[in-house]
Amino acid sequence: MTIRKTLSLTTAFALCATGVFAQDVTLTIESWRNDDITIWRNQIIPAFEAAHPGIRLDFQPTAPAQYNSALNSKLDAGTAGDIVTCRAFDASLQLFERGQLSDLTDLPGMANYSDVAKSAWSTDDGSQTFCVPLASVIHGFIYNVDIFNELGLEVPATEDEFFAVLDAIQEEGSYIPMAMGINDQWEAATMGFANIGVNFWRGEEGRAALIAGESRLTDEEWVAPFRQLARWSQYLGRGYESQSYPDSQNLFTLGRAAIYPSGSWEIAGFREQADFEMGAFPPPVPAGTEGCYISDHTDMGIGLNAASPNQEAGRIFLDWLTGAEASTLFANAIPGFFPLSSAEVTLDDPLAEEFLSWRGQCESTIRPFHQIVSRGTPNLSNESWTASANVMRGTWTPEEAGEALQAGLSSWYAPHQ
Amino acid sequence: MSARANILRSSAAHAILIAYTILALYPVFLIVINSMKSRRAIFNDPLALPTRQSFDLVGFQTVLEQGNFLLYFQNSLIVTVASLFFALLFGAMAAFALAEYRFRGNLLMGLYLALGIMIPIRLGTVAILEMMVAANLVNTHWALILVYTANGLPLAVFILSEFMRQVSDDLKNAARIDGLSEYRIFFTIALPLVRPALATVAVFTMIPIWNDLWFPLILAPGESTKTLTLGSQIFLGQYVTNWNAVLAALTLAIFPVVVLYLIFSRQLIRGITRGAVK
Amino acid sequence: MSRSRATRRPIRWHIAVFLAPALIVYTAIMIIPLFGTLNLSLFTRGQGNTREFVGLANFVTLFTDPRWSGAFWNATWNNLWFFIIHMLVQNPIGIALAAILSSPRLRFAAFYRTAIFIPAILSFVIVGFVWRLILSPLWGVAPNMMDAIGLGNWFAPWLGQESSALTTLALISVWQFVGIPMMLIYAALLSIPDEVLEAAEMDGITGASQFWKIKLPLILPTIGIISILTFVGNFNAFDLIYVAQGALAGPNYSTDILGSFLFRTFFGFQLQLGDPHMGATVATVMFFIILAGVSLYLFGIQTRLRRYQF
Repeated sequence: MTIRKTLSLTTAFALCATGVFAQDVTLTIESWRNDDITIWRNQIIPAFEAAHPGIRLDFQPTAPAQYNSALNSKLDAGTAGDIVTCRAFDASLQLFERGQLSDLTDLPGMANYSDVAKSAWSTDDGSQTFCVPLASVIHGFIYNVDIFNELGLEVPATEDEFFAVLDAIQEEGSYIPMAMGINDQWEAATMGFANIGVNFWRGEEGRAALIAGESRLTDEEWVAPFRQLARWSQYLGRGYESQSYPDSQNLFTLGRAAIYPSGSWEIAGFREQADFEMGAFPPPVPAGTEGCYISDHTDMGIGLNAASPNQEAGRIFLDWLTGAEASTLFANAIPGFFPLSSAEVTLDDPLAEEFLSWRGQCESTIRPFHQIVSRGTPNLSNESWTASANVMRGTWTPEEAGEALQAGLSSWYAPHQ
Repeated sequence: MSARANILRSSAAHAILIAYTILALYPVFLIVINSMKSRRAIFNDPLALPTRQSFDLVGFQTVLEQGNFLLYFQNSLIVTVASLFFALLFGAMAAFALAEYRFRGNLLMGLYLALGIMIPIRLGTVAILEMMVAANLVNTHWALILVYTANGLPLAVFILSEFMRQVSDDLKNAARIDGLSEYRIFFTIALPLVRPALATVAVFTMIPIWNDLWFPLILAPGESTKTLTLGSQIFLGQYVTNWNAVLAALTLAIFPVVVLYLIFSRQLIRGITRGAVK
Repeated sequence: MSRSRATRRPIRWHIAVFLAPALIVYTAIMIIPLFGTLNLSLFTRGQGNTREFVGLANFVTLFTDPRWSGAFWNATWNNLWFFIIHMLVQNPIGIALAAILSSPRLRFAAFYRTAIFIPAILSFVIVGFVWRLILSPLWGVAPNMMDAIGLGNWFAPWLGQESSALTTLALISVWQFVGIPMMLIYAALLSIPDEVLEAAEMDGITGASQFWKIKLPLILPTIGIISILTFVGNFNAFDLIYVAQGALAGPNYSTDILGSFLFRTFFGFQLQLGDPHMGATVATVMFFIILAGVSLYLFGIQTRLRRYQF
């Protein structure tokens, strides 16, 4: 299918087009992180190029919505860039199985990563790794410290305290208790369900049980988070049914809402837009639970296009990314995307530091439906978006949501049949 | 009919048209005024005009820092105008053949040429990209021009052949008796007579070309061939919160296409008034 | 035309010359790639990088597997509703506007025509963004205006409700595209010769009855074109849904139309990987639906329409 023979021609052409001298190698980087374009151009690229003369980098991001389809088309036709930013789990695994990503198992820097960190970009048996784990994001709640002080509120640690705080804000009436909408659906699943659910299904334990077929989505630990989401609806702004993700972000950063259920990836953007002090707390623990869990989700990796003629230079760049220098640079340039490398990293941003500190207090897990159980049709992860939004809209009961998801999973996944 | 009834009718017509014009333009107006306001003012009072306090061009600054928008604009213009030219010329020729001559398979040929409006061309992306790689046209204007010409042809043929059928046979037959070749008849009689339809098709064809994000992204993402829509797409992703930049990018994207449209629209009026045989 | 007559005629090379450029470009760049893609519907992904021929099995899955067929019929009915709204709202408004615009001695006609057409030249990104802004319950353009005229209680988050989201999107699409039928009808109305209208006036047919009795029959071919273009456009539409509601066409797939269903299947979305084979299957079915509509028009209606040459 793919045409590789013409690739060298194309590359030569691309080099001419960008006016680069022949002795230099230019690595084009494909990414969906268009938000990070200035950080790459002003910080990361200069740091790498200073250390490695002769290799140049060109960061070419695509809007997130088009990234996967555009990248796949370009890989199939042989015009994709040399370096490819990897989505977690199956999307990248499929590229590797088709021979479109290089095997990076023997990259020296891979020693810096734990097996958990590598799991998102390894084959199912863990024997081969094809992307360098770049960053994870941690779920939690960001709150407006000024509003909390003004209303004399304490940061909630348990579920009961959490709803007490929401009631107090609602009673006082000046602010919307929580900024969240369900028009785009994914917030309900990601910032709602996956965020708070970890304490119910006990992190990795529940995730493994689901994959093994030992627990079902109609069980209490999977339905209870839906039940809590249903309660959230009354604390959201008017017309939350058609409130979009940017609406929610702006609602919070303009100081009109007190709490924002979210994740650490918001930090960089919020720093620029909010003019009040922000704090964060992990998902409140339901009554009678011991210990706490957080969703510390492996989100972004970076790999090498197997058809790239610049394999050597590509590996040099990727190996540089595994080191302490690059990890620190990344972690501070894009606060909220936490490095997965075991290299020692210091963070300057207190809010990012707060999120990261939970790793020490709570057990980490990843989003429940990302590995293996979303491999069939219907897609469990996407179905969970619709289900979570339906529960928050009040058109499905929590039990119906559990049943619908279970029916979808049972229809194709052998351990659940 | 009394003069009074006439005035009544004409004011009713104006009232309807003004109401609809407001409905059509108001959303565009909202984007433009809000692009010149500070972020807080956008959300606090989206309906207000920019005032001295709320006036802020930070969005435009952010956008213009991101790339060479003049070059992007030029690329968009070259691609759009060239594609339009070929789609209209080839389309009109084919439409003339279908409308003018009776030959075996005429109807089937018409159907064949209309197939293209029934499947989104995006589905052929990989094959098209492979073809462009093989022809060494990736990152050139030609890649886009060829795709858009092909994509514009079915609609052009479809509409133009309907209008070509309405061109008077007497005129053409008179020309044939005078010894004009079929090519002369096409260029000097048929083409001028369908000018209103040509201008209309031009406008329809132009819009999706100018606004397309997908093929520039796949076929010509290089800096030197980037189109305006692609250049501003980094502000238009669904995860972008910076509404100043989004609104500024949208405003910058609206203006060139409105200007282009106004140019064609004047041609259109001229075409309509001169082209109609009365 | 009898065969013997056709063979007796000299070969008319000019027909080939007129058709060749369009045929070559169109066949090479559209037809071959597209039919290569549709061909994928007869295969499925085998082990590794291979593909296996499965005949019509994918079509059987699409129509018999309750999940696939449920999603498919949901998208089809939604699409039909989307089309009906366009036919009932967009086209009559377009014709009415064109009729008013073409009345003789109307001042500012060029301005009105230009202004009303402007939404049609905007990209879907702009249209989706601005209408979400206007209908947003938070930033309050629509709710504020409705409050001002005492209709505040009637406001609802239309795009977020299953019952109203699709109709709202269809009306947004009507808002965007009403200029297209208007322009086509306008061009058709202008090309009606004055003699015809003068003759009508002599017979005392004026005003509204002139429109119904004289003009409407004359512009019927154009209305036919508009109907079929609306049909084709609606059954290919997907951008507006993607921009306003995302690839999952929320809430609860209530705004899913064939185009969005196709693109989600073909290119995938988030963790759902693209499935070119099922995607091509959906595309093929869509293609046959549209082909049926266009053929009905080309063979059934267009050939029977009475045309008047001026």
